[in-house]
Amino acid sequence: MDNFERFRDRIGLAMAGKSPWGSGGGKSGNGSGSGGENTPADGETPSSEGGKGPRNPWLPPGKGTSEPRRSASIEDIFKNRGPEGPRRSSGGGGGPKFRLPERPGGKSWFPLALGGLAAVWILTTSVHQVAPAEQALVTWIGGKYSRTMDSGFQVTWPYPIQSVDKENVQEIRSQKIPEGSEQKLILTGDQNLVDLSYLVRYNIGDLALFRYRLADPTETVLEAAETAMRQSVAELDLDTVISGEGRAEIEMNVRERMQAILDAYQSGIVVQGIEIDKTDPPETVVDAFKDVSAAEQDAQAELNRARRYAQQLLARAQGDAAAFDKIYEEYRLAPDVTRRRLYYETMESVLRETDKTVIEADGVTPYLPLPEIQRRNRTSQPEGQ
Amino acid sequence: MIVDTVWQNYKLPIIALIALALIAMSSIVFVAEDEQAVVLQGGSPVKTINRFNPDDPFGQTNAGIQWHLPLIQRVQIVDRRILDLDMERQQVLTSDQQRLQVDAYARFRIIDPIEMVRNARTEGNVANQLAPILTSVLRQELGRRTFASLLTAERGNAMSRIRDVLDEQARQYGAQVLDVRIKRADLPDGTPLEAAFTRMQSDRQEEAETIRAQGRRDAQIIRAEAEGQAARIYATAYGKDPDFYDFYRAMQSYRTTFQNSEAESSFILSPDNEYLNQFRGRR
Repeated sequence: MDNFERFRDRIGLAMAGKSPWGSGGGKSGNGSGSGGENTPADGETPSSEGGKGPRNPWLPPGKGTSEPRRSASIEDIFKNRGPEGPRRSSGGGGGPKFRLPERPGGKSWFPLALGGLAAVWILTTSVHQVAPAEQALVTWIGGKYSRTMDSGFQVTWPYPIQSVDKENVQEIRSQKIPEGSEQKLILTGDQNLVDLSYLVRYNIGDLALFRYRLADPTETVLEAAETAMRQSVAELDLDTVISGEGRAEIEMNVRERMQAILDAYQSGIVVQGIEIDKTDPPETVVDAFKDVSAAEQDAQAELNRARRYAQQLLARAQGDAAAFDKIYEEYRLAPDVTRRRLYYETMESVLRETDKTVIEADGVTPYLPLPEIQRRNRTSQPEGQ
Repeated sequence: MIVDTVWQNYKLPIIALIALALIAMSSIVFVAEDEQAVVLQGGSPVKTINRFNPDDPFGQTNAGIQWHLPLIQRVQIVDRRILDLDMERQQVLTSDQQRLQVDAYARFRIIDPIEMVRNARTEGNVANQLAPILTSVLRQELGRRTFASLLTAERGNAMSRIRDVLDEQARQYGAQVLDVRIKRADLPDGTPLEAAFTRMQSDRQEEAETIRAQGRRDAQIIRAEAEGQAARIYATAYGKDPDFYDFYRAMQSYRTTFQNSEAESSFILSPDNEYLNQFRGRR
């Protein structure tokens, strides 16, 4: 118990940065040891001076003291395993002992683990699988370009000697201009305005150029598209643009112009196509444009009405003529009778439904109360119903 | 433990190593493939690293780990890529006094980083210096042209002249202007735009009215032709016997006029009427 208390004291002192066993141990000591050297007048000094006494039997053998040990007690274990153990053996001749779990052979796992870790690291950072649509840029440490890898399994130096940056180069990127649904007015060759929206499709042709040549490749694509589009539209007049007649021509022109601009920058971008989405008149005048097609319909309707009238008229004329011809054939066979018959039939059917007054006596001026007759007729009609 | 022991035993070498590492780190500079660098000594440029050269393919440039003297030399990284100079929208007056809203951009590249560091310090400053030059050159050059010629092919000619002028100015900042382009040339908002709209509108109104009038004209012609044809048919039929036609048509006409008509009709017949011939008995 006595020993244990002393040991505890010692630990406590060592933790406090004081060295109870004096300057002798500080020769190869650490910071705390040197701290002890500077404070020889401390309360602990006497205990180090009295190190030869029985109170400090575990003074290091490096001091050369011939202090006899009392027994192989717990202190011996601490001597070897404690923090000061290796240090005390003046040069580490005693062989370091770690607290790591040990291999069966008695050696440490540490180098093995380190080696395994390194192997995994090398394997994972030097073998790369580049997907079919991808390319990968290999750069040396420091950023120098090494090469471009195609798809498949590829081997590089492990990171950080070489690093790999994969990018899907075959994927078609598309960008709608304008992005939203707001109208985008473009001047046409005849100084009219057209509301036009389109789609740019492009992909990466050369990954190294794409990465290293342009500060902002996407923005450059859009600006080149815009420039080419406006230039191409300005070459045509409004009707050609709107009707769709010039659409294919514009798309082709824009694509060629864009590609020329991007090639001049060595951008590594390949324009796959331009698709014009809509070509509309500006919103403010769209009614006037609609009125034109309405006018076409109106004109067509007018023509249809005229044709209908013409057909009616002709059919009627043909019918009348045919009827006359038929009657006339009969009439020619018996002119007098037919004529009479027609006359009587007509008069009969006409006079049957009308008021008739026959005045027979000569010299009588008929008094005709025409308004009276009409009034009577008018009043009798509702009653009859 | 072990760390302490190593520290105890190799104190000096460790300190020396750390110091060496610090020195190495402060003298190492990473210049990426898309960067160039200027080494400055006491504030003035002494050399360049990985300066732009169009003949160097990637991978054979001087990019990568580069060295410079620690402490007394400093390294400024300069962009090696093509940079963008965007101009603010400008109103340009063309030679035929039309106003045009112009959006232009230039693309430039730093080809002489030393000159750039000396005269502009950063790439951003180069852009700031060039922007007003671009604006004024653009105004001047476009002001010589008519509105119509700006819209079409002649634009390319104007653009290359603007680029040449701008490029000349840019050289003093170590920059090369690759390209100047008009992104958009629009009619300014307000009166000019409204006027254009009105013109387009009246244009279409005229077209619509023309189409309608033509429709009416064609319809009229169709009707007239039909009438003519009908008259010919009638004439052919009735011409065989005008006298009988007169009678026949009169009969038809009586029926249509008096029979089934809405208005009541009254007849006052004289006994002399031919219809009543037999009415009086044989005389």
